[in-house]
Amino acid sequence: MNTYKKLLAATALAMLTGGLMAGGASAKTLVYCSEAAPGGFDPALYTGGETLDATGQAVFNKLVEFKPGKSEVEPALAESWTISDDGLQYTFKLRPGVKFQTTSYFTPTRDLNADDVVFSFERQKEGSPWAKYVDGASYEYFEGMDFPKLIKSVEKVDDLTVKITLTKPNAPMIANLAMDFSSIVSKEYADKLQADGTQQKFNEQPVGTGPFQFVDYQLNTAIRYEANPTFWKGKVKLDNLIFAVTPDAAVRVQKLKAGECQLTIYPDPADVEGLKADSNLTVMQESGLNVSTLAYNTTQAPFDKAEVRKALNMAIDKKAIVDAVYLGQGTPAINPIPPTMWSYNKSIKDDEYNPEAAKAALEKAGVKDLSLKIWAMPVVRPYMPNGRRTAELLQSDFAKVGVKVEIVSYDWQEYLKRASDPKHDGAVIIGWTGDNGDPDNFLATLLSCQAVGSSNRAAWCNQEFTDLINKAAVTSDVAERTKLYEEAQAVFKREAPWATLAHSLVTTAMNKSVSGYVPSAFGVHNFENVDIAE
Amino acid sequence: MFRYIASRVLLLIPTFIGISFVAFIFIRLLPGDPVIALAGERGMTPERHQLLMEQFGFNRPIWEQYLSFLWNIFHGDFGTSIASKRAVLADFLTLFPATLELSICAMLFAVIIGIPAGIFAAVKRGSIFDQLSMGIALVGYSMPIFWWGILLIILFAGILHWTPVSGRMDLIYFFKPTTGFMLIDSLISGGKGAFKSAVSHLILPTIVLGTIPLAVIARQTRSAMLEVLGEDYVRTAKAKGLAQKRVIGVHALRNAMIPVITTIGLQMGLLMAGAILTETIFSWPGIGKWMIDAIAKRDYVVVQGGLMLVALIVMTVNLIVDLLYAVVNPRIRVK
Repeated sequence: MNTYKKLLAATALAMLTGGLMAGGASAKTLVYCSEAAPGGFDPALYTGGETLDATGQAVFNKLVEFKPGKSEVEPALAESWTISDDGLQYTFKLRPGVKFQTTSYFTPTRDLNADDVVFSFERQKEGSPWAKYVDGASYEYFEGMDFPKLIKSVEKVDDLTVKITLTKPNAPMIANLAMDFSSIVSKEYADKLQADGTQQKFNEQPVGTGPFQFVDYQLNTAIRYEANPTFWKGKVKLDNLIFAVTPDAAVRVQKLKAGECQLTIYPDPADVEGLKADSNLTVMQESGLNVSTLAYNTTQAPFDKAEVRKALNMAIDKKAIVDAVYLGQGTPAINPIPPTMWSYNKSIKDDEYNPEAAKAALEKAGVKDLSLKIWAMPVVRPYMPNGRRTAELLQSDFAKVGVKVEIVSYDWQEYLKRASDPKHDGAVIIGWTGDNGDPDNFLATLLSCQAVGSSNRAAWCNQEFTDLINKAAVTSDVAERTKLYEEAQAVFKREAPWATLAHSLVTTAMNKSVSGYVPSAFGVHNFENVDIAE
Repeated sequence: MFRYIASRVLLLIPTFIGISFVAFIFIRLLPGDPVIALAGERGMTPERHQLLMEQFGFNRPIWEQYLSFLWNIFHGDFGTSIASKRAVLADFLTLFPATLELSICAMLFAVIIGIPAGIFAAVKRGSIFDQLSMGIALVGYSMPIFWWGILLIILFAGILHWTPVSGRMDLIYFFKPTTGFMLIDSLISGGKGAFKSAVSHLILPTIVLGTIPLAVIARQTRSAMLEVLGEDYVRTAKAKGLAQKRVIGVHALRNAMIPVITTIGLQMGLLMAGAILTETIFSWPGIGKWMIDAIAKRDYVVVQGGLMLVALIVMTVNLIVDLLYAVVNPRIRVK
């Protein structure tokens, strides 16, 4: 046993048997007030951001990863990759010498190799011994990103080479592989648990290659990590990282001010001014990779007519919504994708706010005594601070052009379920935060014909638009794809299945002692480059 | 006495079955289902939805699901959470001590202040103290917990820095729980300062959760005392020339305590409702917040299992209160 291992074992022992954590002079500890407890510690089993932060971001790596704060990918566990000319074969060269974490519950005997990569994807398929390794296991991202149909095989070529073969070309593939459900897990660890008959530990005590290694989780209270001393990029600056689960937004703000944590997220918009005024704190506001919308039901008369939807869009005072609901922390949305995303079509002009013109356009379309249900979402999401208030503002905007609005709402799960049904009655306030920075993740997921019945809440199936999107998905040339997406956005604006409402700013507040934090475009939180002054 | 206990215990069986039915049905009556929550905004195709419903067994006939739920709980299997994939019983056992510790502290706070305040108000009926304390009790009873909690946090943690904001323990202390009760665990293995930290974290949530029971107990004690103070035996005791302390402390109080004990028992059950909000505000890892999250996610397994476990505990508490009742009041056990 080398000195380091002895030290680690001693630390682990001290931690487990009680006593103070290494809170001494030299240890740098950052406490992050998170908004919710993680579901578990297998990043592929969950879709909630709180779990992705605690697993894929802290403990694991992917073949490729997003550059900090960007939506472009860079090499991570794969040093390089090539894509065959037909776009069907992806060959990844793995980084040599990458070590899995040595923890109190697992000591790896070998470095990362192709077996781990193959296992990380194969395990998520139906029929794998790991498909149901905990009761109720279901790999919703793997399903949602269409991997079971898209991936034909994941094969080991040699120890450090992996070949992924697709059933059809898919340009967003590389971005999908940077998502947390594509985290590379240790096959050696999985095999050991399987042999011991304790597979469920795979979801309780993670082993990855990432910047932090798991120490302990106190249910619904705190997750503790320590720096991974064998991290392939070199040990990170923090020694310890703690997630303090703090569900209430106002309490998170108080904890930050009192120094009980050094960084927190998603304060109430009303608290932001106070945070900015505090000289001990830094407030970062980035435009989130998100959009909020009013999705008309385009199968329902008269909202099946583009001119009616266009007319209603002219009646909406988006600036008033941004001011009153987002308290200025957002921008009116013109396109269905946010301006920070590549292929955003800058040449598109928004429907001008003009109640008179809207009224005239409705008359011209032959619509009289129009009434409409507007669905107010009952929960706060990063893209929508207050669904009810937004619905009320829309109600008064529409009243000005003679359209009567009834506001309805349902419990969130029911809301999502009903809104997915193409037969639902009314226009739905909804939104989206991007998963992977690819325009396909917005445009195909939310507006294509294939998403009608699930995430296309406008039930809008426009063949011209869908053809453009589907063509872009199988095109690998970025310039070519950009053109296709720009065209698709023009079709979207012409047909107006949604009133695009706003892109919100995402707020992170931290103590002045914290440096190096870069907010992610996707609403995940990563502490790899963070440092804290002592 | 044995017959009394036996009849009480036997009565628990139909109650238990009744509650199991309610716990099972209640969450299924709410619109929505647990599967849709797994995918969030993304939604899922109707085919995928159907497949998952089948895999979880939610498309079986409802009576079949109910019977297998009953069968499983009689075998100690409370199921696995759909959302977190964690065992319901294990999570309950981890979280319940936090709720219990907070509830006990809140109840002690309510009893220790409420009963003397009630007695004093009754004895000094009509005095300024009486009017003031009953006025405060009324305000306390009407206090919205959420607002009250945030207010105390801003004042005592934010401005005065007397207490921590939230949580059960300062995060620099880290030890494996032995009993789950932080006050005890911090003494066993916490090291220097841990117990103090546990106490300081308990203060605000105890006050917030204890406010309503405090108000109820104070008012109940006062009216019960007023009633017995007018009884013949109290007048007789006074006429015998007994000291006022003895008349109030022994003759009156003992009789006045009967309805107060009932109130305390009922309030202990009602604390659960307050615990949900208190736990959310103070990031307190208890079962109140856990259950509410499960309801929001339509996590049928957690809701029905959690409700059964809570019901078991409330039933046990009520049984103990009934038995205590019999000890305090001989007339009950004779009947």
